[in-house]
Amino acid sequence: MSELLIRNVWKEYGAQIVLERINLHLPAGSFVSLVGPSGCGKTTFLRMILGQEQPTRGDILLDGKPIPREPGPDRGVVFQRYSVFPHLTVIENVLIGFELAAAPFSGVLRGLAREEALEQCRALLDQVGLSEHAGKFPRALSGGMQQRLAIAQALAKKPKILLLDEPFGALDPGTKSQMHELVRHLWKTNAMTIVMVTHDIREAFELGTRVITFDRPRRDPQAPERYGATITYDIPMNDPIISAHKPQPRPDASLFQ
Amino acid sequence: MRRIMNVNPDRVTKLVLGLVPIGLVILLYVMMSHERLALNPADKLMPSLASMGDAIVRYAFTADARTGDVLLWKDTGASLIRLFQGLAISVIAALAVGLLLGVIPLIRAGFAPLISIVSVVPPMALLPILFIIFGLGEVSKIALIVIGLAPFLMRDLTHHVQSIPVEQFIKAQTLGASTWQYIVRVALPQTLPKLIQSTRLSLGPAWLFLISAEAIAAESGLGYRIFLVRRYLAMDVIIPYVIWITLIAFVSDLLLGALSRKLYPWAHDEEPST
Repeated sequence: MSELLIRNVWKEYGAQIVLERINLHLPAGSFVSLVGPSGCGKTTFLRMILGQEQPTRGDILLDGKPIPREPGPDRGVVFQRYSVFPHLTVIENVLIGFELAAAPFSGVLRGLAREEALEQCRALLDQVGLSEHAGKFPRALSGGMQQRLAIAQALAKKPKILLLDEPFGALDPGTKSQMHELVRHLWKTNAMTIVMVTHDIREAFELGTRVITFDRPRRDPQAPERYGATITYDIPMNDPIISAHKPQPRPDASLFQ
Repeated sequence: MRRIMNVNPDRVTKLVLGLVPIGLVILLYVMMSHERLALNPADKLMPSLASMGDAIVRYAFTADARTGDVLLWKDTGASLIRLFQGLAISVIAALAVGLLLGVIPLIRAGFAPLISIVSVVPPMALLPILFIIFGLGEVSKIALIVIGLAPFLMRDLTHHVQSIPVEQFIKAQTLGASTWQYIVRVALPQTLPKLIQSTRLSLGPAWLFLISAEAIAAESGLGYRIFLVRRYLAMDVIIPYVIWITLIAFVSDLLLGALSRKLYPWAHDEEPST
């Protein structure tokens, strides 16, 4: 659980300004939803926190220290697709996180160490409800199951901050709401800071403790590339008025039996 | 009536349809050969199946009077050893180079242009150089196969390594992977089925280079033999040899395919066994 501080971050590609004047403070344990029109730089912003891209100006500080210029185990990620390794079984996909940390050269754990790690992997798979699929390859799983696996995989490293890039965008509505429950539960039990990019406004308000919108407040019709997107709304969801209108989770059906 | 493009054959129909053209080709050959032999019994161009059978017995089951070797097996052994060595060197070199170039941009920037240039040099044009440098022995034949295959395989594998989705590249790093660990745990295992696939496609060129090298300078080998007996218009030997080479190439292709499905079920379309 860690706090993230973004100080006057700009992102430019040559003459084109994608993001400008981004200032944001995310206290530890926040669950931030990021929304905005397509192409407004939400994913670019996420990539900068991830270390996949560097800001042109400004700083990103995680617990007061500038984030490294490359992805690392302190920042976990779940992408919309291709997050899991197709050549590893479900449990191996989770195990690899333990193996990479413990075996710098071979990247493979053997013997007792492997058994201990596998025990932890089973617990993680249990949390996301994939225990009975441990031996399958990802291609044999549905889209929702693959995303649950990607989450379990990310949780294995106990990241300070978890980044979700439209993680449920490709799922059907039923699966989506199951995933919401799961993520909300994991967020509470694992005490993480989560930043989620989404196109689904409803999802953004349901899950987030704070909803942030990106947009371009200024436009120059002659030179549209000269102004980038920035934070246009920052809505705290723990505000009592908003919370009152926030959809409550439906009561558990088992209560009525 | 359904559109013809929607009509799929069942298993039996498929087998029969596949066998019919093969049978027709053989039948056509037998008829033409019969015709020619009826006009001129000494004709060598289209020998009868019986005389090819005789040649097979002589080459595959009888020791050569001069050397005591059974020629077909000796030739097959010599060729397969060369082919295997050439393929092994090419594949191992291509795997190492492909992974390094595919994963590390600095190495790619350094070597990709050189490999692109080398891969368009016609290998056969280099054969005289190889003969001059390595002599007429085994080395120059293996070197020809390597020069013919390795640059192509290197480019191909580099491309495959690079086309691993960037999501996995990032994900591996968020799971703590170093460059080396990314290579051995993500890039290598995902490249191996592609390597087998590329090797299958390279079998044809590999045989081409092998037979060319053997035709020019060798003392044994399948290519050597068919070019040797060509002097006597010995079609009764050449045709069985060509069929034998085809059979070996066909079976090795099947075996590589089966090996890939067995080792890397996740890379194939069938539902993987769990």
